[in-house]
Amino acid sequence: MTYEERLKQLTEQNPDIVILTAENRGAMRGLAPLLGDRFVDVGIAEQTLVGAAAGLALRGRIPLVHAFSAFLTMRAFEFIRTDVGVGRLPVKLIGAASGFLSEANGPTHQALEDIALMRGIPGMQVVCPADADELVEALPSIVDSQEPCYVRYVGFGPAVRHTARFEFGTAEVIRGGEDVTILSYGFLLREAARAAELLEAERISVRVLNLRSLQPLDKAAILQSVSETRLLVTLEDHFLTGGLFSIVSELLARNRAACNVLPVALENRWFKPALLDEALQYEGFTAPQLAERIVKRYREL
Amino acid sequence: MTTEQVRELAQLALRIREHIIRMATDGGCFIGASLSCADLLAFLYKRVLRLSSENLRDRDRDYMLLSKGHDVPALYATLAELGFIDRNRLANHLKTTDFIYWHPNRAVPGVEFHSGSLGHLLSVSIGIALDIKMRRTLNRVFVLTGDGELDEGSMWEAALVAAAKRLDNLVAIVDRNEFQANFRTEDLIPLEPIEKKFEAFGWSTRRIDGHSFEQMEQAFSGLPAAAGKPTAVIADTVRGKGLPSIERRADRWFVNFTHEEIEMLLLELRGGASSALKSDPLFVR
Repeated sequence: MTYEERLKQLTEQNPDIVILTAENRGAMRGLAPLLGDRFVDVGIAEQTLVGAAAGLALRGRIPLVHAFSAFLTMRAFEFIRTDVGVGRLPVKLIGAASGFLSEANGPTHQALEDIALMRGIPGMQVVCPADADELVEALPSIVDSQEPCYVRYVGFGPAVRHTARFEFGTAEVIRGGEDVTILSYGFLLREAARAAELLEAERISVRVLNLRSLQPLDKAAILQSVSETRLLVTLEDHFLTGGLFSIVSELLARNRAACNVLPVALENRWFKPALLDEALQYEGFTAPQLAERIVKRYREL
Repeated sequence: MTTEQVRELAQLALRIREHIIRMATDGGCFIGASLSCADLLAFLYKRVLRLSSENLRDRDRDYMLLSKGHDVPALYATLAELGFIDRNRLANHLKTTDFIYWHPNRAVPGVEFHSGSLGHLLSVSIGIALDIKMRRTLNRVFVLTGDGELDEGSMWEAALVAAAKRLDNLVAIVDRNEFQANFRTEDLIPLEPIEKKFEAFGWSTRRIDGHSFEQMEQAFSGLPAAAGKPTAVIADTVRGKGLPSIERRADRWFVNFTHEEIEMLLLELRGGASSALKSDPLFVR
């Protein structure tokens, strides 16, 4: 089932769902004629997009807002924070082309702080599926929840062989391991799983956790990895500040836990705009490059 | 509208202004903007809105949103006078025991949504109006905005969208009191001609004296002004209306008066002499 098919199914099942977009219909080209006035395209107007979604929610609707992540979370940030967040309205924000997925668009389109911004809003759920399958699987729970939610859209995959169904606040164990734990989310999970395979050849046993739900967070799974493995790798296509590395650091500090952490993220910089594979290669996020960094760090322990 | 009805409206507006003045002490309030829209709120709640404490949870009722937010003392006072909330609650202004503070909170019955960050509720109103259209009911959405608020880009973004979606169940009322915080709008960021701007964005407009109930009666009858178009009512008002000692004064935007001064102002409101105000004018921005 595709994202669009899932949206079609959900809107058929639940007449309260309204789809809104700021002229980002690429992932749902067929929905507008099917939904009629329940499909609202406001044009390139992200503030009004989010404000109108809040108004619809006040009327009992479940607005699902699909827009470019960079403009949704940043141009309209204060509307998300003030109308959706303060109002604690069940608005579902689907951000497209986040992280490396903006590919060759350049820094104007790079949402590398979206998770930092969204998780800073009280009550906001943050979901980052690893692939289109997981997104499609998670959507019914996302829509059913009474809370506001930010979702990092991903339109391809599968990234890995999934082992567990989506649940808020539950990490998925992609593979077990005793030496190193890679924590990741989004499509980079694919690289994490491949890196783990490469590391096996180096006799390093790697656990891979899919943290798909960053808020609420599976704290227990992370803390368990801290006590059971010697190195924690946080892998994300996000700025180092405010994303997974920050989330893990906060968790460790609060629990008086200490461990070796190798953060892999974009540190204080935007990434080189290029098609996805090339951008990953240039920035050092491919599986072989990750495996190399992890081996090096692990051997230093 | 009979003379008696106009007299009643004037009496209601006077009581609303008294409440506002009483909120301008022990911490103070944004008195100027609250006084400028007091007549508009009295009229809208009494004569236009299909809205009462009884139908507040009804999906087919009208909506009234305060976009500028800092004029909320006028709304609290109106809600208290019309029985949405107990009058005694106004004494809770700025206390942690209630939700009555410098900007609206929807925990207070009759407050549709929180505001205070300017330029938000026209967009929120669009969402409400869209849903009303989807449900094919006849209720309407009224949103009161400031004039200074029109500096916000989001207002014009929303104005475009409201016209594009043909939201003729949406009415924006601009409280044109000519000031934004501590400046005259025309000295800082000129707004005129306001109605031409809205018209160019696809709205129908009406321009009225925002203190004349007769003109309000005309402007708000026969809505929508044009089928398929949202309506903007530009209401020319006086900031601080009712108190000559603070009317049209840039430095009487937010005030925190002494109890003595409040008593003087209450007398002034009822035709007494101009008050000799000693409290420091406050320039916040």
